[in-house]
Amino acid sequence: MMLDKMTVRFGLVLLAMMALTPFIPQWALFILTITGANGLVVLGLMLFLRAGLVSFGQALFFCAGAYTTGLLALVFGLREVFVLLPLSAIVSGALAYLLGFLLAKYRAIFFGLLSLAFSMILYGLLVKTEALGSTDGFNVPAVTILGWAPESDQVRQAVLGVTSVVIIFCVAFVNHLLKSPRGLLLTAIRDNEIRAEYMGASARGTIHLIYVIAGVLSGFAGAIAAIAVGHIDPAMAFWTTSGEFIFIAILGGVGSVVAPFIGALLFGMIHSVAFSYSPNTWQAVIGLSLIFVILLLPNGLWSLVSKYKRGQP
Amino acid sequence: MSEIILHAKGLNKSFGAVVAAADIDVAVPSGACIGLIGTNGAGKTTFVNMITGYLKPDSGTVEFNGRDITQLPPREITQLGICRSFQIPQLYNTLTALENLEVSFGIVSLIANKGSLFTRTERVIPGYSKTIRQLAEESLEHFGLIAYRDKVARVLPGGVRKLLDIAMAMAMRPKILLLDEPTSGVSTEEKFQIMEMVMHAVRQGNTTVLFVEHDMEIVSKHAERVLAFYEGRIIADAAPEVALKDERVVKYIVGKTHAATVGQEH
Repeated sequence: MMLDKMTVRFGLVLLAMMALTPFIPQWALFILTITGANGLVVLGLMLFLRAGLVSFGQALFFCAGAYTTGLLALVFGLREVFVLLPLSAIVSGALAYLLGFLLAKYRAIFFGLLSLAFSMILYGLLVKTEALGSTDGFNVPAVTILGWAPESDQVRQAVLGVTSVVIIFCVAFVNHLLKSPRGLLLTAIRDNEIRAEYMGASARGTIHLIYVIAGVLSGFAGAIAAIAVGHIDPAMAFWTTSGEFIFIAILGGVGSVVAPFIGALLFGMIHSVAFSYSPNTWQAVIGLSLIFVILLLPNGLWSLVSKYKRGQP
Repeated sequence: MSEIILHAKGLNKSFGAVVAAADIDVAVPSGACIGLIGTNGAGKTTFVNMITGYLKPDSGTVEFNGRDITQLPPREITQLGICRSFQIPQLYNTLTALENLEVSFGIVSLIANKGSLFTRTERVIPGYSKTIRQLAEESLEHFGLIAYRDKVARVLPGGVRKLLDIAMAMAMRPKILLLDEPTSGVSTEEKFQIMEMVMHAVRQGNTTVLFVEHDMEIVSKHAERVLAFYEGRIIADAAPEVALKDERVVKYIVGKTHAATVGQEH
């Protein structure tokens, strides 16, 4: 796989962060883990945006990943994080593979709304399923990492460490994909799908492929969120959750595989500060931030980095 | 005589009451260069669209090297080696001229690597012995587009857009190339230059060419055979010096003034 300078630097930052976890407060460790999970979902959304598509229903796969982890832990007694994470990603990816046969036929608003419809179907099903705790959801038991059961004060450090490992692999893979001919094809599909087809490329096949990849990334993210929070509920599939992912994508931009994580970090910070100072109107603060970004940085925060790099000799 | 590479058999296509193709029967030998002429709405582009899979005929078949390709989607027809350019150039408008060609050769690379997720841009494309970037640069040079290398396609002049569109179609190294009005919307001076350049590139690859054209001087000069369309039918199928003097072709398509000059050009 290809690793450019930016990806290597990002990997080094994550490794440094992992080394520093003993000195980071518990609440910050939690925010960083959730930031990482959100970033993974948005990494998948970035692929859609490159192809000129927006998914309003990525929470579907996020929630599917979370419930897979929860159920495997609770029902089957599986506790190993390196078993739970891949299995959750596989389940979400398989779900995306099935739905992809339908979704990949649609473009523009139809693609977005159809994806939203499926996530709301899952939300509705979970709300009505009392065996899964209905609207309350259920708690996820503590996990082990390669057989080691961390003490309560070590859990957040350990989960952040695992999250970082997953992020490094996912970022390296998506970076490789974007710089490969398939990545070039995404922009071509956005610009002129008919031409791409007349060059012998399958636009539908490519969109199906990125739908599955985005589903796998969201599955990883959902599993991480379930383990980090220790609780899951149907709100993970609700449309506002998908909306937050789109917000992060707009905030970060689609110029680099690192951008979703920068967007997710800023979103986490805005959300935390807004919630602590204004618990009843924090959504308004988020909304104002979104307007601010769209007006001043329509290509997201990453456009500042791109501008700086272009200015370099 | 060369073997038949493309055979359209009894193609019919109607759009409501309008007959766009009526019993079209054409056999194209390998390596031929055929000009398609006719007034607007005569059925030339419908014919090209049926060959390339954009339109499915109401009846009849299209055979490529003896294989029925009538119901195949455009993507699969392209992969077999039938490529086309468009009347209105179909480019990736936000990308530069170089990137447009990189996407084209990228698709070639993906097909050559059977769509593998681990296809790398900087690797040599199997069967091409060059990388995507090298082939794109070479193609820019080949079509005289090097000055526009880093210009975004959206802002390119008409003639350059036409050439880039054809260069992209040539990326697949097609066995058959269909050019839909390659010189339309281009200044008179540029027309001949574009056609010369295209024909030069095409001849190097020994590609069979079918081109739709309204300029009879270009047809006379480059086509070795002419198919004249009128109201969805082929009213003449012969060498240009014969076809362009055909009574019905003169009456419905080229007019008397041009017919009088055909003999003088050869």
